[in-house]
Amino acid sequence: MTQTTLPPVEKTQPVSSPRGSISDRSRAERRLGWMLAGPAFLVMLLVTAYPILQAVYESLFSYRLTDPNNRSFVGLGNYWVILSDPLWWQSLGVTVLITVITVAVELVLGFALALVMAKALSSIRPVVRAAILIPYAVITVVSAFAWQFAFDIDTGFVNSWFAWLPGVSADTDWFGDFGTSLVVVCAAEIWKTTPFISLLLLAGLAQVPEVLQEAAKVDGATWWQRMRKVTIPNMKAAIMVALLFRSLDAFRVFDSIFIMTGGANNTESVSFLAYRQTIARLEIGLGSAVSVLLFLCVVLIAFGFIKGFKVDLAQARGDR
Amino acid sequence: MSIGRQVTGAGGHRLPRSPLRRSRRVLGGGAAALVLASTLAACGGGGDGGSQTLTWYINPDSGGQAEIAARCTEAAGGAYTITTAVLPRQAAGQREQLVRRLAANDASIDIMSLDPIFVPEFAEAGFLAEVPEDLADQFTENVVPASVESSTWDDRLAAVPFWANTQLLWYRKSVAEAAGLDMSQPVTWDQLITAAQSQGVLIGAQGLRAESLTVWLNALIESAGGSIIEEQAEAPEDIQLGFESEPAARAAEVMRAVADSGAVSPAFSTENEDASATGFEGENAGFMVNWPFVWPRALAAVEGGTLDQSVPDDYGWTIYPRVNEDDPAAPPFGGINLGIGALSPNVDLAFEAVQCITSEENQAYYFTTNGNPASNLAVYDDPEVIEVFPQAPVIRESLELAASRPLTAYYNEVTGGIQRVYHPPASVDPGSTGAEAQELIGSILAGEQLL
Repeated sequence: MTQTTLPPVEKTQPVSSPRGSISDRSRAERRLGWMLAGPAFLVMLLVTAYPILQAVYESLFSYRLTDPNNRSFVGLGNYWVILSDPLWWQSLGVTVLITVITVAVELVLGFALALVMAKALSSIRPVVRAAILIPYAVITVVSAFAWQFAFDIDTGFVNSWFAWLPGVSADTDWFGDFGTSLVVVCAAEIWKTTPFISLLLLAGLAQVPEVLQEAAKVDGATWWQRMRKVTIPNMKAAIMVALLFRSLDAFRVFDSIFIMTGGANNTESVSFLAYRQTIARLEIGLGSAVSVLLFLCVVLIAFGFIKGFKVDLAQARGDR
Repeated sequence: MSIGRQVTGAGGHRLPRSPLRRSRRVLGGGAAALVLASTLAACGGGGDGGSQTLTWYINPDSGGQAEIAARCTEAAGGAYTITTAVLPRQAAGQREQLVRRLAANDASIDIMSLDPIFVPEFAEAGFLAEVPEDLADQFTENVVPASVESSTWDDRLAAVPFWANTQLLWYRKSVAEAAGLDMSQPVTWDQLITAAQSQGVLIGAQGLRAESLTVWLNALIESAGGSIIEEQAEAPEDIQLGFESEPAARAAEVMRAVADSGAVSPAFSTENEDASATGFEGENAGFMVNWPFVWPRALAAVEGGTLDQSVPDDYGWTIYPRVNEDDPAAPPFGGINLGIGALSPNVDLAFEAVQCITSEENQAYYFTTNGNPASNLAVYDDPEVIEVFPQAPVIRESLELAASRPLTAYYNEVTGGIQRVYHPPASVDPGSTGAEAQELIGSILAGEQLL
């Protein structure tokens, strides 16, 4: 049995229109499109492009907020300082590790939750959906505090509830080691953002044509076969978009680490590094350079997903 | 951490233009104008012939600073009105907010409660109004030496000493007695470790990667006769650090010995002042170094019914432990100094207000109600203070011995580097950690490494 998707629909070209030139009507439509989208586009430029460009500009200077008179141009010096510092590479490694772990676990969990939401009895479906979505509505800092208190050796309940697990005892200091700290940080992230991924996947599930499912059933396909050959191939675009969004989000992890470990035991992420240089040290130049590098990483991830996995962002919205 | 870019407030549906809608709009415009007018009035400092408003940015406390502001407003008889604005809970957060406001030329900051460690940075950046010569003598008369030292930058008084904090060695009388320790004599860290091990009790200290770790390390190095900054310099890369000195190695030795003693909490590497205080109220309590707040904390717990009266009855207190038997201890120093915003339009009035805020009477009030010890030594003779705070004489003695943390405009780099290298305390190696700190903080100060 091969994968079953609907045959691609050929876009019908208007026969009458001459090639290469645009009709008056489509020109007018284009203008209308710009007029409708233009203001939003301008606002986007103002709130995203301007700060990005400013950060790029600032990153070329040695500039301390408390000492503006000694601001001096250093070219790419700040980037050299960062890229030759083992701390940057270690933070990058931690960030990638957290991203990979959380996104992988969330994809599996999120898919399961999406199936539950899609298949739940219609009478309890709204309740199930709301219940699954609650963690996503919690502010990250609040969720980080909640998880910290739960695992804390003095205030937490985790040590006494899970003492039967190997490696957990009343004296387990979760935030005292790199590995255990990361477990809690990842768990908190997964708990909080799985609903987001499951919501995107639910939208994808709804797009799988029922005809194909029925045809497969008639052919005698088992549930697992239908899942592998019909459902998943048909929602590939939705899965890729969910992965892309969540990876970009996970790469910027900050709040949980800030609250739980404060960067102790080498748990600092790249965002944390940017915070420490810019906000704590007030080294605007160096901090901007870290931010620009973080931005480049995010661009790289987005580019890698879109080109490497051929994610079609338009398709995920259902515009076929 | 949301992903989707949502445009909010765009108005979901359109209503037809109705009279109601128009009147709403008029109302909205009116309200906006009103708000604008009132903000403008606030910006003008309320200079409509009435009293000037001074804004005092305070660190969160138990309401003492707000009460002092009210008292001074009343005492001013209409000359000025002090309003308070609360800063974040952590000292680092307070600094971040103040620095960003001041760097953006925020003139609304008249008076600010500053952790002493930030005074040099603020003064160097020109954020603080200079204290007039004639007032300087008055502000420093009969004041704890460390408070004056930490308020001074470039040989001038940059801030006004308000209250002064210090850590004491807290012990359980029953434990000390059983271990045969004579607490009327100075004790050393080594003695504490031996006693705690023999009695199977815990030593409370702050091993968390936070400012409290720097507080501890600085006290150890100073007690051993060294200093984190051996020689100040104008350029950050020229600052001479003292991590490779003998006292610093001895300090690292003590830190490691405490962490490895088996007599600390299993969560020692995440223990902060509050966790220490909680531990000291518990069953395995033996010794603890901590600020005086632990006393009112225990009394409040008794009042709240969560702690037995016998626990605070068992509390003993004395001067911070020594590192070497023959060298006096240099206990940690903290507290709050008051800075006057250089851009404030009311600098003279602000100094007048600060005179009132730091008066002997108000310092005594603050000490007895909020548990924050005075910087003015005269307060310690007040019988009411001694009644509420039986530790007052020891606190006074400790404050006279206390050593400030390094005074430098680059304090954040120094403390950040310390926290990176000396954490967790159980990994400190007296042979190599000092050299590592020297190298790391040196390159951070020279702008060659990230923090």
